[in-house]
Amino acid sequence: MATYHLRAPLDDATVEKLRSGDIVFLSGRVYTARDAAHKRLVEALDRGEAPPFDLRGALIYYVGPSPAPPGFPIGAAGPTTSYRMDAYAPRLYALGLKASIGKGRRNEAVKAALARYKGVYLGATGGAGALLARRITEARVIAYEDLGPEAIRELTVRDFPTLVINDCHGGELYATPRID
Amino acid sequence: MKTIPASAVENAVAAMCVTANRELPADVRAALEKALAAESAPAGREVLRQLLENADMARETGLPLCQDCGLAVFFVTVGEDVRLEGGSLGQAITDGMVRGYAEGSLRKSVCDPFTRHNTGNNAPAVIHYDLVPGDTLAIRMMAKGGGAENMSRVTMLAPADGWPGIKDFVVRRVAEAGPNPCPPVIVGVGIGGTFELAAINAKKALFRPLDDRHADPAVAALEDELLTAINGLGIGPMGLGGDTTCLAVKLRVAPCHLASLPLAVNIQCHSARHREVQF
Repeated sequence: MATYHLRAPLDDATVEKLRSGDIVFLSGRVYTARDAAHKRLVEALDRGEAPPFDLRGALIYYVGPSPAPPGFPIGAAGPTTSYRMDAYAPRLYALGLKASIGKGRRNEAVKAALARYKGVYLGATGGAGALLARRITEARVIAYEDLGPEAIRELTVRDFPTLVINDCHGGELYATPRID
Repeated sequence: MKTIPASAVENAVAAMCVTANRELPADVRAALEKALAAESAPAGREVLRQLLENADMARETGLPLCQDCGLAVFFVTVGEDVRLEGGSLGQAITDGMVRGYAEGSLRKSVCDPFTRHNTGNNAPAVIHYDLVPGDTLAIRMMAKGGGAENMSRVTMLAPADGWPGIKDFVVRRVAEAGPNPCPPVIVGVGIGGTFELAAINAKKALFRPLDDRHADPAVAALEDELLTAINGLGIGPMGLGGDTTCLAVKLRVAPCHLASLPLAVNIQCHSARHREVQF
């Protein structure tokens, strides 16, 4: 297991060296999107419209932050469960997305997309919303403001702690339950 | 007859919604500390350490423990001799919840199931009432996050399935949920009753202190058996592997129809945000 300090956006060479279990501290820009934003984003792509941010090399963080109290750039901001974005993720990886950040298992279609398009799935600690918020220095809504917590935000993160859950070589970090 | 001002209920509910979201309950903190001391997996220990640090950070900054501040679920025990003055009980609870979520910078997470439009104020809450003799009023609130709630299930077993069937369903449910509901989880299990009562009992069970013992020693033994089986899955904190998959299993049992064995499994995340107020 290696530890990396990476700066967004990411390229193929960087993604290819990552292995399940590696620790990755992210800095730079990441974009938030969860259920409703993904639906709207993919509908926009269906109509031939440009996405609200450049997907090439991009990182999407599955989060719907709580409102920023006065003096804070953002409220609590831990990951939401990723499987709900599985229906949309392969298409976004095909368009250049390099990493998604969330919690919980991905389906086989997403894992295949990681291998095919050189992508990675990173996990952050679920329920550590206050702790993770301190690694986010700036946040601004860039699209779908009417979705409230589900709007797309551009975040600036500094040493945001993640683990490589699924790499582009078929690696899986989550434990397999010991059951008959 | 006891008269309680509606404004007092509203104020108490507003405060409890904020506190529930910012302060880890003492029994949950103690359980996480105990788990950290016992956990053998380094990755699991790191997750538990982060969760305790997160609780400290939330208390220091006033940020919520989790960005998912939950759908507000209330269990209200109302004495028959209690009368509210200046408003209805349900409205006072709703108004207090809406105010607490607004003033506490808590996330509003309630939407229309078809359009998915956010209602904008976290209303409506889900409120369950139990009418009892006397003049007590107790309001219990849970900030129930979507991730753990999504992993919950209700099933109608056959009486022939018995305890082995119950145990198999509960353990498999936690196994299939894996990392999704933010383990180490707390598992509320409703056994018996009807389709809806089993689910309500499973959720009520989640309010019990984590370190309590069921009043019936036979049921307490079943809780121990389930806890051991679930922790034997090796899912570990956040699904990264380890000894701590579950902090506690709580059963709530009710008589059921001759033909039925209703079973509900309500999964709760590691932060188990809840509070209680009495009047």
